[in-house]
Amino acid sequence: MQIKVGAPKPRFSLGDPRVRAWLFQLITVALVVFMGWYLFNNTQTNLQHRGITSGFDFLERSAGFGIAQHLIDYTESDSYARVFLIGLLNTLLVSVIGIVLATVLGFIIGVARLSSNWMISKLATVYVEIFRNIPPLLQILFWYFAVFLTMPGPRNSHNFADTFYMSSRGLNMPAAVGTEAFWPFVGSVVLALVAVVLMVRRANKRFEETGVPFHKFWVGLALMLVIPGLSIVLFGTPVHWEMPELKGFNFVGGWVLIPELLALTIALTVYTAAFIAEIVRSGIKSVSHGQTEAARSLGLRPGPTLRKVIIPQALRVIIPPLTSQYLNLVKNSSLAAGIGYPEMVSLFAGTVLNQTGQAIEVIAITMSVYLAISISISLLMNWYNTRIALIER
Amino acid sequence: MTTHVFKPDMPPPGNRIGIVAWARANLFSSWLNTLLTLFAFYLIWLIVPPLLSWTIFDANWVGSTQADCTKEGACWVFIQQRFGQFMYGYYPTGLRWRVDLTVWLAVVGAAPLFISRFKHKAIWGLGFLVVYPILAFTLLHGGYWGLTNVATSQWGGLMLTLVIATVGIAGALPLGILLALGRRSDMPAIRVVCVTFIEFWRGVPLITVLFMSSVMLPLFLPEGMNFDKLLRALIGVILFQSAYVAEVVRGGLQAIPKGQYEAAAAMGLGYWRSMGLVILPQALKLVIPGIVNTFIALFKDTSLVIIIGLFDLLNSVKQAAADPKWLGMATEGYVFAALVFWIFCFGMSRYSMHLEHKLDTGHKR
Repeated sequence: MQIKVGAPKPRFSLGDPRVRAWLFQLITVALVVFMGWYLFNNTQTNLQHRGITSGFDFLERSAGFGIAQHLIDYTESDSYARVFLIGLLNTLLVSVIGIVLATVLGFIIGVARLSSNWMISKLATVYVEIFRNIPPLLQILFWYFAVFLTMPGPRNSHNFADTFYMSSRGLNMPAAVGTEAFWPFVGSVVLALVAVVLMVRRANKRFEETGVPFHKFWVGLALMLVIPGLSIVLFGTPVHWEMPELKGFNFVGGWVLIPELLALTIALTVYTAAFIAEIVRSGIKSVSHGQTEAARSLGLRPGPTLRKVIIPQALRVIIPPLTSQYLNLVKNSSLAAGIGYPEMVSLFAGTVLNQTGQAIEVIAITMSVYLAISISISLLMNWYNTRIALIER
Repeated sequence: MTTHVFKPDMPPPGNRIGIVAWARANLFSSWLNTLLTLFAFYLIWLIVPPLLSWTIFDANWVGSTQADCTKEGACWVFIQQRFGQFMYGYYPTGLRWRVDLTVWLAVVGAAPLFISRFKHKAIWGLGFLVVYPILAFTLLHGGYWGLTNVATSQWGGLMLTLVIATVGIAGALPLGILLALGRRSDMPAIRVVCVTFIEFWRGVPLITVLFMSSVMLPLFLPEGMNFDKLLRALIGVILFQSAYVAEVVRGGLQAIPKGQYEAAAAMGLGYWRSMGLVILPQALKLVIPGIVNTFIALFKDTSLVIIIGLFDLLNSVKQAAADPKWLGMATEGYVFAALVFWIFCFGMSRYSMHLEHKLDTGHKR
């Protein structure tokens, strides 16, 4: 008796899963290509009928409108490309300030929620439950319209020690103006940083070879204080403070944080901090108590237990969702369009789009900026994840 | 012979039980804790009394114009006067019963699904999903069966917020499930298409999506075809939200043990039947809390339609606060809107936690 072994001779039939898979994929690709062509075609005809010329030439043209806050020099005759750059910088400014403040506040509240003190943990819970359940846009509008715009005018502004003035025009504060000693000071700070890095490397190497510990923290602190301190003694103070002064109806001199910026940063910080607090709490709770006990039984004191055992393991849980919160904050900064803070969306996708009518180009540029930011952050995240991933058996 | 008689147990010492002991353990266990407790009390004293006097004790509750608000605190008269606008937008006053009826139908129709003893949940739910949208659209929009037509530009307030949120999630769920299946597919072309789609929408803020749907969609469509503003916003919201739903569902699909896939294949089930009968019922059950959470995010995000000029709850409040007859009412308006949003979001998040607890049946050891 003979038994046939092995697969039967392949035949073309729809019952064959491989054939079906190819067919499905062909149909999908064809559909996607057709959709793309259809949309492109429609857009072409529509643009022709409306007499809009597509292309990025408009970026060279002069913008002709003023901007409330610009980090780089700007005049009304500057080009739309420069307006784009200003919007991008303002988005980054809000994002960076917001991320730093939200992280600090979020960590404090997250730790407070785990506190053994009943009052503190309940207060932190109330904070989290209130602020994460109110839309961020509503919080921004509240701070802007109900808080900052209802402040008194510059003449009756709230005065803090004659240096800070809070009014409906924003927060006026002293500006740091660099003197000729500024660059030597910066150089000395860089020098101090290099010295600290070298010191830490040597100390770690010696510790691994001989087991003799070194007071890295105190020596590092001393280096950071002494070297820039020497520069101040030799070259003089690096900055002098320019005070804001009330002249006429507004302040002259000093720096001003416009109310839009204040409202946006405060609202985003408060909102994001509620989420970060939850992430921190669950991260710390995810490290089991056995880890603490094991570390103690190895003879580690409480300080090193926290630094070398608990925190590294908690960070592994905390950092991935934390980055996605940072990404959310960057994306939420676009809500500034609701109060007219001049960032990417309100400046570029709002004002520039209205003036030029180049809808496709403007929206495409805006979206690619956000895509670029989020893709680079997620690439960074993947790299970090593979680096810290537990190597299991 | 004497028998030893035990004395009755002594009660625990007074400082070990009751409120004093509790306060000692939780509030004053060390000098640092005492300091923290005092700090907490200071914070509460700083915030709560002014807040209470503004919202309740010094507030103005009766009247009809701003002139009636004579006391220091909040002017709730503003909210009372504009309540209709906040709930229904510019929906004609005489026809508002239709909105109420739509809401009541939803409550009555969905109620059996939440009763655990109700037996025919699947049939009822399916029927509800088919019949209700038709009924709701007919009631709200009108134009059929002798109902007067109410253009979507007149919709507004909380009603519009709810419409966008529910239509958004109802449209995003099926699309998101398909995208999640596509992302886990063995076919490279389909996987690439789905991953690109998902990552694109997740990478951009909703605001730019809304901008896109309001300015670019008309350019994409053949000439003469025109959508109304609400529909364009809805399309944007559905596409955006489906990417987030897809990622949540993918989490559920990944959590199903490989044995389930193999078992389904061993039973001779094809792809769609093994997904529909074996994998998805388990995976979707796992991700219900996650889907509720995306719904909460969507509910908060609906407020962004303010940017393209739709009059949802937040925009109605903003408009009303800019009314010259009610100047300086921004705080009251935003506090009211925040309270409404908070009640919905907090309620849903509690429900999601409850579900997580209730559905936590298998797979965990």
